[in-house]
Amino acid sequence: MFEQGARAVGASVLVITGGVGLFLGWQAYPTIKRYGFDFFTESQWAPDIDVLGIAAVLVGTISVATVAMIIAFPLSLLTALYISEYAPARIKPTLVSLVDLMAAVPSVVYGLWGALLIMPHAADFAIWLDRNFGWIPFFDVQGGNPDSATPALARYGFSAFCAGIAVAMMVMPMACAVMRQVFSQTPPGEKEAALALGATRWGVIRSVVIPFGRGGIIGGTMLGLGRAMGETIAVVLIISPAFEIKPRVLEAGGNTVSSLIAGRFGDASKSQLSALLAAGLVLFIITLVVNTLAAIIVNRSRSGADTD
Amino acid sequence: MTTTPEVATSAPTTFLPTYDEDAAPPQPRGSLGRPTPDELFVRAGSWVAGLGLAWLVTQRLLPMPGIAWFLIAWFVLGIVVTAVTTLMTGTVVEMKDRVAGAVITGAALLVGAALVSVVSYVAIKGWRPVTHLNFFSSDMAGVGPRDAFTAGGVKHAIVGSLIEIGIAVAITLPLGVGTAIFMTEVGGKFARLVRTIVEAMTALPSIVAGLFIYTVWIVALGNPRSGFAAALALSVMMLPIIARASDVVLRVVPGGLREASLALGASRWRTVWHVVLPTARPGLATALILGIARGVGETSPVLLTSGAAGFLVANPFEGAMNSLPLFVYTNVRSGDPTAIQRAYGAAFVLLALVLVLFIVARLLARPKKEGGRSRGSFLTLISRSTRSTS
Repeated sequence: MFEQGARAVGASVLVITGGVGLFLGWQAYPTIKRYGFDFFTESQWAPDIDVLGIAAVLVGTISVATVAMIIAFPLSLLTALYISEYAPARIKPTLVSLVDLMAAVPSVVYGLWGALLIMPHAADFAIWLDRNFGWIPFFDVQGGNPDSATPALARYGFSAFCAGIAVAMMVMPMACAVMRQVFSQTPPGEKEAALALGATRWGVIRSVVIPFGRGGIIGGTMLGLGRAMGETIAVVLIISPAFEIKPRVLEAGGNTVSSLIAGRFGDASKSQLSALLAAGLVLFIITLVVNTLAAIIVNRSRSGADTD
Repeated sequence: MTTTPEVATSAPTTFLPTYDEDAAPPQPRGSLGRPTPDELFVRAGSWVAGLGLAWLVTQRLLPMPGIAWFLIAWFVLGIVVTAVTTLMTGTVVEMKDRVAGAVITGAALLVGAALVSVVSYVAIKGWRPVTHLNFFSSDMAGVGPRDAFTAGGVKHAIVGSLIEIGIAVAITLPLGVGTAIFMTEVGGKFARLVRTIVEAMTALPSIVAGLFIYTVWIVALGNPRSGFAAALALSVMMLPIIARASDVVLRVVPGGLREASLALGASRWRTVWHVVLPTARPGLATALILGIARGVGETSPVLLTSGAAGFLVANPFEGAMNSLPLFVYTNVRSGDPTAIQRAYGAAFVLLALVLVLFIVARLLARPKKEGGRSRGSFLTLISRSTRSTS
């Protein structure tokens, strides 16, 4: 009786959650069939002339996520090290809670913060980068003149770089929590052995804590990456939509899969809805692969640690 | 012969050293626990020197206006001076230790400053509308976006948020905890399949959950946008999160308790209801409340499914219903200064709501005084996945 009931609940949840995935696949099928492989290589999203493709939004998603991870990875690693190795024992639980709290702050709040407080400063920084490192293709801004007296904010703000900063704030606590958890499981005996051999605190971190927590570092970063790619509202609030394959992250304009969905669902016809669902499915598959890899890496590091 | 010291001629006796209190030690001993005053001076002095150098560099030598460049210069120069002063007395190993410590502490401070700036920015921008009591007691019916803060409020958004999240919890709590019970208490091949799928679905981006409900419930089935549709979208998003977190919580319930209950003749159902669930209650409450905190702040599923009404709608099945994140989003997008300030006010309320939920979750999760196990961070709880049950 009990077993049957529990099985029924489990089966219904399986139907609901698995149904979402199957439904996405079923709805996306006509689009994939109609546009074929062009769906992945076409950058325009112009339903009026029957040209649809997600190349631009995929590149945009990846560049926003990359900027976010370039900012979030060192910060989360160093913060996790601070909490687990440097922080006084008295304030450690408070710091752990604060990191959790950062993860609970609504994304629309980070979006406001990024769009209205950070963006002007980020644009200044982008101008500086363009002036000094503009010869690197990623930092080039076409149509922007960093040396003019008043460089236009419109060319340097609203970019994947600015969106990446806000997204970094969102994924940083998640990556940091995983890393800290793994660091805190470092065997104290090995740390003490390193100290007894005359290692400094940094020596202990470099020779014991980081090698032990390598799986957690990689896994936590990938979990954050999965979250960064699915983020919507902060990106919608900051980035100005443009359908163009654009690896120049400092330049205004860009789009991600999720902001494409948020921007285009309202006036979508049946077939466009199918195309949006296909885009959503592609995004889901990417985040699924990233998250699964992360889970495998984190687990493997744990189970390996027991046998050592 | 005359120079032979007395010591050599006398019998070899034990030489007792006398301790001279006033004599200075031959060389200063390194302290094990506490830094010496010298060290403290080197540490603090380096940062003071860095401050001065930063002022010199940014304000006098190079055109680097603004507080941001000053802080960056202070940090970089502080580290450089620390490295140099440490090298003057110590070794490269000590220098690396100091520099690493400074970089790690600096990064943690930066993250802390970012959190403080997010909270205080929203509070500073949003306190003005919040001080008017009508902000909580009236809705935006008949109030233009440019009207003063003495008219209009976010009551409809608060009520809408509470209704939507309430329905979502009513759906996800029984299903999520039920699935977790199935996965931990029944087990078997099918349970492993369910666990795999549930874990996979935690990767579902929230906007895709919203798009799913929009396509099925609104476009295909022809229902209007409503609070119930938004609640369904939130449920699709929250269900895997709550199921997975409850699964982790239930798995740490000691097996001995279950066996003791079964040995006393209790049925499996009574064992779950009277032993497993009460044992896991604080953990379950934490998982649920943090799931709520996540769901209540999520904008993208609501954006697609609920529609933004300007007035109070109490019936979730009829008509568009607003919610706090959606109110913030639509008002910011409107571009009107007054509306944006109202959005900050609503964001402030939302942030306060999340903070209260968070504190309640912390209090519930606090370990019992008599040797309760300390629980880890919730994030690691939900991110932890397939751990062997053995």
